[in-house]
Amino acid sequence: MQLTLDSLYKTAPFLISQKFNKTELCLILTVSNLLFSLTFIKKHIGYQFNLLSCISGVDLLKSKYRFLISYELLSILFNNKLRLKIFIDEFNAIPSITSLFTNASWWEREIWDMYGTFFEHNIDLRRILTDYGFEGYPLRKDFPLSGFYELLFNLNIKKVESVPVFFAQDYRSFNSESSW
Amino acid sequence: MFLKKKDLTKKLKNFTINFGPQHPAAHGVLRLILELEGETVKKADAHIGLLHRGTEKLIEYKTYMQALPYFDRLDYVSMMAQEHTYSLAVEKLADIHVPERAQVIRVLFLEITRILNHLLAVGCHAMDVGAMTPFLWAFEEREKLMEFYERVSGARMHAAYIRPGGVALDIPIGLLDDIYIFAKQFITRLDEMEEMLTTNRIWKERLVDIGVVSANTAVEYGFSGVMLRGSGIPWDLRKQYSYEIYDKINFLIPVGINGDCYDRYLVRVEEMRQSVKIINQVINIIKDGPIKTQNTKLSPPSRLEMKTSMESLIHHFKYYTEGFSVPAGETYTCTEAPKGEFGVYLISNNTARPYRCKIKAPGFAHLQGLNVMCQNHLIADVVTIIGTQDIVFGEIDR
Repeated sequence: MQLTLDSLYKTAPFLISQKFNKTELCLILTVSNLLFSLTFIKKHIGYQFNLLSCISGVDLLKSKYRFLISYELLSILFNNKLRLKIFIDEFNAIPSITSLFTNASWWEREIWDMYGTFFEHNIDLRRILTDYGFEGYPLRKDFPLSGFYELLFNLNIKKVESVPVFFAQDYRSFNSESSW
Repeated sequence: MFLKKKDLTKKLKNFTINFGPQHPAAHGVLRLILELEGETVKKADAHIGLLHRGTEKLIEYKTYMQALPYFDRLDYVSMMAQEHTYSLAVEKLADIHVPERAQVIRVLFLEITRILNHLLAVGCHAMDVGAMTPFLWAFEEREKLMEFYERVSGARMHAAYIRPGGVALDIPIGLLDDIYIFAKQFITRLDEMEEMLTTNRIWKERLVDIGVVSANTAVEYGFSGVMLRGSGIPWDLRKQYSYEIYDKINFLIPVGINGDCYDRYLVRVEEMRQSVKIINQVINIIKDGPIKTQNTKLSPPSRLEMKTSMESLIHHFKYYTEGFSVPAGETYTCTEAPKGEFGVYLISNNTARPYRCKIKAPGFAHLQGLNVMCQNHLIADVVTIIGTQDIVFGEIDR
């Protein structure tokens, strides 16, 4: 079945629709609409987007809504792909979609780990990729590339210890704005 | 004195054990917290991230070219498949057209990579279950394939061969002949391996009806690749969203029936046979021509030109220092990597560096399903199930 924006608007009322690279359809939803739209898009007989490929987070530092969460959906039956996006700031929670897509749990955990956006009603929202006892959200744009602590083996005490990172020279980013 | 009824029954608490992080069957650094009732697994909680290197963060600080070798190091047994996905994503954003010869070479090496991966998957799976010999045979063949890698790129594993715009170098003279000879004898090697395993009583006892995934569960958990096809869903991105020259090539998609570990093993073996079929076709249709895009702003000029023309020297220098800027846009590009759908969500912002590069690893979704797959299985079956999922921690932990 062909995806048309008119019929999609009825099941998933979107703010803006985008098309990337001529083939990738993307809808921007409001946060309050997310669960509702996903339910219909998943269960609607004409869409059946029942496979969630992945959820990604993006940090848009300095914009009004700091984080962008994007959901990649796949309809195996109709061979369709769809991307849904929501924008959220640091202080609001995102409704978890684990009730609809079981595999959203780990993806949400990853985003929570990397960006510190809270997912409401995810019952297993632990950190996933970073070390036990890690602090901070590494994929935020204001988190330094080298991090804050490093692990070293201390020969004197014969133990691995965590020490603050120290560089004699700051990280240099050469960003020449040429039109190359 | 007489026994009361309540003394005769005793309730036992579940036993929790730690599997890994250093366990030979964990395929790297997987820490599983297993909740056992007797020897039956009730819950498996995977703790991942022990191999986390911050690839996504690092890529944000590299140019598009510098970011490429990170993809070899994700799933370090199917190197080129991931470079390829990334290259496709960059090509989509920068609107680069890849010449035909480059596409054919890509497909050739993608299929070599698929065999490389499946040989390790089946071989290591067999070794986890207790059969040592197929593992040694598989590694013998892998060695030959890695030699092809070496001849074409100079590196046995982390090739950085498929690059945005084409491939790094043309294939050396005589390589196709040797690949043909390899493909011809490889079917026999597969037969030998199948002779050892497919009807083997122990192998079947360990695999049949273990880790059954129904089609619904596979979709619910977002499985892809062999894990999805093993459950009977004929879904292969090479067919559904054909890229490169796959639409011109004749090959079949093997599909499982029961969705157990044995079916997935059979699917992997059959996929290797199909890969050999593709390799043979590709060797026949390969033509002379350029191996990367001629736009020297997006791909380096040849060494010869660089030595003689000033313009080329400038291009060469600019390309390797500053890189090229990609117009603002975003893409989610996914390809059929040997392990499943490998996706790259790339956001560019008119500079020479990606703004965000999210890596969708198939293993991440599969490992999440470990808990349901292990449910009510014996503890020895956990090893079988990890083997059948073909877990590699480079891509899961990123």
